[in-house]
Amino acid sequence: MTKPTKITNSIRALRFSRGELTQAQLADRIGVTRQTVIAIEQGRYSPSLEMAFQIARVFKVPLDEVFQYPDEELS
Amino acid sequence: MSYDEKGTWAYLVASAGAYLVYLAIVGDRLAHTPAEQVVYVSVLLWTSAASVLASVVVRTLIETARPSDSRKSDVRDKEINRFGEYASRWFIVAGAGAALIMAMVKVDYFWIANVIYLGFVLWAVVGSAVKLVAYRRGL
Repeated sequence: MTKPTKITNSIRALRFSRGELTQAQLADRIGVTRQTVIAIEQGRYSPSLEMAFQIARVFKVPLDEVFQYPDEELS
Repeated sequence: MSYDEKGTWAYLVASAGAYLVYLAIVGDRLAHTPAEQVVYVSVLLWTSAASVLASVVVRTLIETARPSDSRKSDVRDKEINRFGEYASRWFIVAGAGAALIMAMVKVDYFWIANVIYLGFVLWAVVGSAVKLVAYRRGL
């Protein structure tokens, strides 16, 4: 499976650390389908900045604890 | 598989299937009759209508076999749809352009109608294929 984005995320780990929040529950909280949450987790879809903030808000953590971007790409 | 992805599969199967039926019928007639005398209009209209009906039936069958969590489109579905439409719109342009040139040089109506129909079919089939790749591999 290819990953068209270099952005990685910790959504799966955060879901399990927040009382086993299911993909369907997260999808419901941010107003998307479960398939979209799966695509984001697998790096097949980069959410909009607004959706990224919504996801971070669900987990009550800063944005960069949910999404990461490799340092070498910034230089 | 999301509701919209299933719908894209249904549309692809119905569009390609209907065109293959059209090609089989009209191609057979064309093998035995000069192009300007081939009866194609009724076949074109019937296969176009059958394509719409088949799309609904196939989608219903897929949904019955594997029900979706939700029937709402989300932002990803809309982005993928836009991406597919953008990628395949050139087939409509090419079909219209080819038809215009063929009309200018007075090619028979049969060929003009068929090049336009082919443009629509390629738009539907390629657009659906691009969307399905985007669903599977990402945007």
